[in-house]
Amino acid sequence: MTRKVHVTANVNGDAIEFLCEPQQTLLDVLRNEIMLTGTKEGCATGDCGACSVVLDGRLVASCLVLAVEAQGKSVETIEGMAKGDRLHPLQRAFLEHNGVQCGICTPGILIAARALLERNPDPTESEVRFWLAGNLCRCTGYDKIIRSVLAAAREMREARA
Amino acid sequence: MTTILEQSGYNSDRKLNVVGTTPVKHDGMDKVTGRAKFGADLMLPGMLVGKILRSPHPHAILKSIDISKAEALPGVKAVVTRADFPEHPEGTAIGDLSRNVIAREKVFYEGHTVAAVAAISESIAKKALKLIDVEYQVLPHVIDPVAAMRTDSPILHDYLRSKGVTGAENRRTNVIERLELGMGDVEAGFKQADVVVEREFKTRPIHQGYIEPQACVANHTEDGQTELWCCTQGHFVVRAQVSSILNMESSKIRVIPSELGGGFGGKTTSYIEAVAVLLSRKAGRPVKIVLTRSEVFRCTGPVAATQSRIKIGATRDGTFTAAEAEMVFQTGPFTGSMFYNAPQAVFTRYDLKNAKAVAYEVVSNRPKVNAFRAPCVPQAIFAAESVIDELARKLRIDPIDLRLKNAAGEGYTTIYGQTFGPIGVIETLRAAKKTAHYNAPLGPNQGRGVAAGFWFNRGGETTASLSVAPDGSVMLLLGTVDVGGSRISISMMAAEELGIPLDKVRAVVSDTNGLGYNMVTAGSRATFASGMVVVDSARKVINELCKRAAMIWGVPEDGVVFEEGHCRPASSNVGEFAPLSIADIAKQAGATGGAIAGHSELNVTGAGPGFGVHIVDVEVDKETGGVRVVRYTVVADAGKAIHPLQVEGQYQGGAVQGIGWALNEEYIYGEDGRLQNPNFLDYRIPVASDVPMIDPVIVEVPNPKHPFGLRGVGEVPVASTLGAIANAVTDAIGVRPFELPMSPPRLLKLIEQARATG
Repeated sequence: MTRKVHVTANVNGDAIEFLCEPQQTLLDVLRNEIMLTGTKEGCATGDCGACSVVLDGRLVASCLVLAVEAQGKSVETIEGMAKGDRLHPLQRAFLEHNGVQCGICTPGILIAARALLERNPDPTESEVRFWLAGNLCRCTGYDKIIRSVLAAAREMREARA
Repeated sequence: MTTILEQSGYNSDRKLNVVGTTPVKHDGMDKVTGRAKFGADLMLPGMLVGKILRSPHPHAILKSIDISKAEALPGVKAVVTRADFPEHPEGTAIGDLSRNVIAREKVFYEGHTVAAVAAISESIAKKALKLIDVEYQVLPHVIDPVAAMRTDSPILHDYLRSKGVTGAENRRTNVIERLELGMGDVEAGFKQADVVVEREFKTRPIHQGYIEPQACVANHTEDGQTELWCCTQGHFVVRAQVSSILNMESSKIRVIPSELGGGFGGKTTSYIEAVAVLLSRKAGRPVKIVLTRSEVFRCTGPVAATQSRIKIGATRDGTFTAAEAEMVFQTGPFTGSMFYNAPQAVFTRYDLKNAKAVAYEVVSNRPKVNAFRAPCVPQAIFAAESVIDELARKLRIDPIDLRLKNAAGEGYTTIYGQTFGPIGVIETLRAAKKTAHYNAPLGPNQGRGVAAGFWFNRGGETTASLSVAPDGSVMLLLGTVDVGGSRISISMMAAEELGIPLDKVRAVVSDTNGLGYNMVTAGSRATFASGMVVVDSARKVINELCKRAAMIWGVPEDGVVFEEGHCRPASSNVGEFAPLSIADIAKQAGATGGAIAGHSELNVTGAGPGFGVHIVDVEVDKETGGVRVVRYTVVADAGKAIHPLQVEGQYQGGAVQGIGWALNEEYIYGEDGRLQNPNFLDYRIPVASDVPMIDPVIVEVPNPKHPFGLRGVGEVPVASTLGAIANAVTDAIGVRPFELPMSPPRLLKLIEQARATG
């Protein structure tokens, strides 16, 4: 049997430890060891974006990251997006503008969209579309997702102004 | 008591407080916080990982399977093969289903399930698969449906004889059925025509492309009971299938549906559930199976490739005199394409007197074809609407005017014998013509296309219950899985009917033990049919509330009426009583006979046919053959939009799925019959930067058979897309594509051919 590796990481602000096989992905460990199933697997090849998380400030497809690479790093997943009962403006916007249909792509899209707005608080429609081009959605046709992101960006800018 | 089947109570003057508004959907919160539990999200103590061994060959005799080495691997708790499954005769519905779930005599496609293991970890399960020895005798295969029809083609099933073909009793064949529909006299009709256009079209096989791979957890206990968690469009159907594949009684199988991460028809049947149940039975522990994306592409879903010939005749003023269609639909090794929809739908929206439509379903060495959003209709409509576009060009008539000239209306009897009530063909065409989009100028290298479409909309077996809590709030138990916002829309109808705020109503989807049988969520039926049984349940509850109020007041039952959420005396003759709210009555339910609830079980009829028109502008790069969709409008008749934002989402999502189908998506098979692009990188569905905003135009021609007038909205939005985009590309490049997808290499060839011929 493969010897497991001990890893410590910070997940959504909590210091955690886990054991994993060397070939296990971060996605696999998040879902099946730490039981944070909000991060989804749609392809496991980095093509669909459903597993998007932020690793030390960088937006990544967690299916393409080995779990051992998380050693000493911070991981942000959908479960950490709301602060207590206070939703992130993106989460509120997706509810209000019906940016959610079946919901399987939603966690990845929210994580990716937040990463965009942190870098570019005032993106154009085109910039949102290209930033989210790595996040597949088969239900919505993207229209209401894009509108949700633009609405959240507007709200966040107004809150800052 | 009269059910709503006999009396919908539809009233166009009814004042609506909830229906037609756009509240946040109740299932939204869990979906934006990551709490929502999808198929792969359930974890049980002691759970094992299930993995499937699949055939590398598209067609082979399965000579032997040796599992002894796999069984001996430490950590492996169960291995199952065909030997573990009960026998079911070939060529029967259950025989087909069971052979698709696990191969018996032969494997019929690359990826066909041959064996499965359950182990304590994924890595051990994968190792075990490699230790299974399978001996195959490889046979010649056939994938193209037209090639499969030829007499010298490899034959998949020795027992198969074509239905609907005379003299076929002794002929081995791959043609499952030939279906012919007709009306009037087609030959005479073509003789009256001044112009006749006849063309042939091809579409390639595609996949539904849901983002959530199939997943399930089976937990079988020693007393023969199974709990089965899975992502499906119809958990009652999963129960029925597992029950018949494994010869288990339905009451011993409790299926709990997860949130569904997309299905689009692809999750209307089961693949892994019976396998997981058997693994769990053998191992004595819960077993989870989650498919990989590659497995999803190679073994589930897919959609028929087609070849079709369409002929339409018209007089100089544009009146259609006759129409004829001949269409071939590919299925996998077993029936399942729902090809019979195509001859019914191909011309249905036009006021034709003379028409003939023939369709074939043909087996091939692909996975068993499954439903996809308006199954087999977009391919047929693509062909028909392309021919109509050509007629409009030949006759120099505006394409919408030509369609309006021939639009079917109320009272028209279709080629399949349905006489239409109020329908929205004319209304949607007129609305399309009035849009700013249709009247806007085009840029350079751009073209505009329109196409009209149709979907039947379905009803069917549906059940629900509605319970009033002691505090007057209301719980709905639904039997149809929510695939696109049905829970909120149905809750809104319940709130409207009961005259209470939406916030007091919560809907959950029941497991299979909680309600009577329901058909799958498909055919655009869930909001319509579950809405019917919920309104029926609400009316039963209202009846009961009036009885209880009569008891409380000590007056006759007919002395009480229910208005705006309250029981009131029917007249001053009954007596002076303050109105009782639902909460007032519910509080006293114990004293007046117990809890107040209603339930309804109906085989729902009265679905209203749906029609729509798409307008699309494309820009074609003549150097690369690349197509950019620059503007898109979907006009469709919702009957009544219960929650307009949800309806818009259906219109937009349908259109973008169609854009992928028209421009990019196709299964690419090698000479060896293996799929070469089973991943989202090489099978490219539209991404956000591929498409523009999609403008929805909701037309409302009420369906009087529904209490609120609604029709289905899930499938009409994809029906017209392929045709509209093909017509727009034709407008842009001056030459018509007859084959999908209109991918850059294919289109470039067409542009170059046109250049060469001048």
